[in-house]
Amino acid sequence: MIPELGHYALVLALGLGLIQSVVPVIGARRHDAALMGLASSTALAQFAFVGLSFVALAACYVTSDFSVMTVFENSNSQMPLIYKISSVWGNHEGSMLLWVLILSLFGALVAAFGNNIPATLKANVLAVQSWIASTFYLFILLTSNPFLRLAQAPFEGRDLNPILQDPGLAVHPPLLYLGYVGFSMAFSFAIAALIEGRIDAAWARWVRPWTLVAWMCLTLGIAGGSYWAYYTLGWGGFWFWDPVENASLMPWLAGTALLHSAVVMEKRNALKVWTILLAILTFSLSLIGTFLVRSGVLTSVHSFANDPRRGVFILGILIMFIGGGLSLFAWRAPVLKQGGLFAPISREGALVFNNLFLTTACLTVLTGTLYPIALEALTGAKISVGGPFFNLTFGPLFLALMFAMPFGPLLAWKRGDLYGATQRLMAAFGIGLLAIGLSFAIEGRTSVLAPFGVGLAFFVMTGAVIDLVERTGLFRLPLAAVASRALGLPRSAWGTAVAHFGIALTLLGIIGAAAWGTEKIVAVKPGETLSLSGYELAFNGLKREPGPNYTAVAADFTVREGGSVIGVMQPSKRSFSAREQTTNEAALMMRGASQLYLSLGDDEPGGGIAIRLYYKPLVLLIWAGGIIMMLGGALSLSDRRLRVGAPRPAAKPALAPAE
Amino acid sequence: MTRKQRRLTLIGGSGAVLAVALGLVLYSLSGSIVFFNSPTDISEKHPGPTTRIRLGGLVKPGSIERGADLRIRFDVTDGKSDIPVQYQGVVPDLFREGQGVVAEGTLGANGVFDADTILAKHDERYMPKEVVEALKKSGRWQEDSADFAGGKR
Repeated sequence: MIPELGHYALVLALGLGLIQSVVPVIGARRHDAALMGLASSTALAQFAFVGLSFVALAACYVTSDFSVMTVFENSNSQMPLIYKISSVWGNHEGSMLLWVLILSLFGALVAAFGNNIPATLKANVLAVQSWIASTFYLFILLTSNPFLRLAQAPFEGRDLNPILQDPGLAVHPPLLYLGYVGFSMAFSFAIAALIEGRIDAAWARWVRPWTLVAWMCLTLGIAGGSYWAYYTLGWGGFWFWDPVENASLMPWLAGTALLHSAVVMEKRNALKVWTILLAILTFSLSLIGTFLVRSGVLTSVHSFANDPRRGVFILGILIMFIGGGLSLFAWRAPVLKQGGLFAPISREGALVFNNLFLTTACLTVLTGTLYPIALEALTGAKISVGGPFFNLTFGPLFLALMFAMPFGPLLAWKRGDLYGATQRLMAAFGIGLLAIGLSFAIEGRTSVLAPFGVGLAFFVMTGAVIDLVERTGLFRLPLAAVASRALGLPRSAWGTAVAHFGIALTLLGIIGAAAWGTEKIVAVKPGETLSLSGYELAFNGLKREPGPNYTAVAADFTVREGGSVIGVMQPSKRSFSAREQTTNEAALMMRGASQLYLSLGDDEPGGGIAIRLYYKPLVLLIWAGGIIMMLGGALSLSDRRLRVGAPRPAAKPALAPAE
Repeated sequence: MTRKQRRLTLIGGSGAVLAVALGLVLYSLSGSIVFFNSPTDISEKHPGPTTRIRLGGLVKPGSIERGADLRIRFDVTDGKSDIPVQYQGVVPDLFREGQGVVAEGTLGANGVFDADTILAKHDERYMPKEVVEALKKSGRWQEDSADFAGGKR
């Protein structure tokens, strides 16, 4: 009964979605308040029905109703409750339901809190949002129904893929989806603006909070996914340039560019057409990401559920929204009015530079991700494009962007003073050079490039601090004045500095772990001792431990530094009987921002076991940087100007509907 | 500067960045991509020891030999041809006889494939797409094994 209820709720949501796709657009054209107002009610109702559908599916998982096919395939009555719940989205069907749940959530949020948005814009936004939602409801109902029943209910389920049985993976997909799907708001706003044929600075102010929320979730989602891969896959890598990772990185790059260009539009009324295009592209990249993950066109460690028939459907959705969006853009964009002028050396110019490098970097990632598909389709040759390609193309572009990063906030709007900004960054240059020198002194010439990367990271971090020092007048003004200026500073200025500081920390972590990490891959027997980078690990032996739905083999190591014991590390391997599969539980030991990493391999002849031991200097900064970036976003989101809502622009002739 | 000059500066700057990016992409594509081959491809083409390749197929049952210092030797088969592979290190958790595997490395002069990376299938349902196609090509693919291969439910 419960599965049928969930199925029925989803069909009702589709019906509501179809109504919401058409009626508000007509209402907006006729300026009919009743028809436009309908969108808010249907958006809230859609969320309620999709929510009901999702709860129904979750109930099937929690009660282990194996008569439902997806529950049988992905769950097991022995699993802890948290994994029963997380297996709802640990498979294709359920994750698509989560996708539309978040989509309808954003629609409902606009309906509930978008009171300051002009009625016609709100109606059009909700209608566009509903086009997307209806298409995906259809996709789920026609190709990926999570409520399908089995004729005979099996006694026990096949278990969730063990590598997904991890607390990190319980929260990673929802966060990532909040990011992907959140960019649909920017898309809907862009399409609505194109339909209306008008756009102004206030538009950017309505779009920015939604984009910020999506960007924050995506940042955290990517960082979380990276940390999960680091500790579960057993070989200490934090980024693999896997197509699915690229699929999440591309919307992040485009979304970051969008956040920055929306600032220009909000403050200076310039870059309008470009901002609209970016909004369309960002969501398009989210859809391409969904396509890459869900269609199985690419071999990936993530392709735990795929089906080419679904791929064709998603490809259709892709062509419809990307093609449709870009066609509408080509048709309507010339209608939009040109904005303010600015010199190349100015805050606007710096943000254009940011956009140029972010989108180009995004383009290289897209090229590397899609090239294998294109080549196979054209010549039949099968290739893989891996880390070396991306390091060579994405790397230099992103480093150039980071070098320019501290200059941007120090330049004035309209016409900036590059010489002045350079002078104010003198301290940052000094600290950067010092960091280069110290890195060479400490690490020697093991890697020639890495010290320069460290210098760059310190340059950017100091630059972010200088930005705040300049704005608050620290060291120049009396402390009381500094305090009041610090309080009066817009939160978005704090957000900028914090986020820029965060990305520099991430860079520092990547360089530390990649350039100066050490490793030892050997077989050990009980009683033997290993040493790596000043640490000594004594292997005490193996023991077996039963778990709820697996049995574990755990190894016990005593770790010493300089002769004194600093702790124990107990890596283990878990064997899951339901799928005859093992997972690796690496042992991690924090040493400041660095980590010792130990994971188990196969049993070796003669009573030993293979182990992988890594020392990863500064590795924790990679994810700490991500969290700090997210906090920067949160600071910016709390900015008063975004919460209070945009002032209504005075009715100028230039802003009248240009039709 | 006039609006036109500013626009030209912008277009020139963007063009320069895109040109640099294009140069980087072309340069890296010529050097850092890896071609995928089945055992039959390799025994027919004999790629030189400088070409990095990915070799995909099944681990031939009974062929795994483990040596000292985590050395391992096994044969990769697509049913038609076998290629011996040697590797030093820890193999993935799901590396097993009769299962799909992808090895990345170079073909030595003695005809033994020197792998520096071993990827195994991820769970019992998933098999690398390349392995499925290699098996299809050699005629060893059976439809009932489709359940094993990738999400056909």
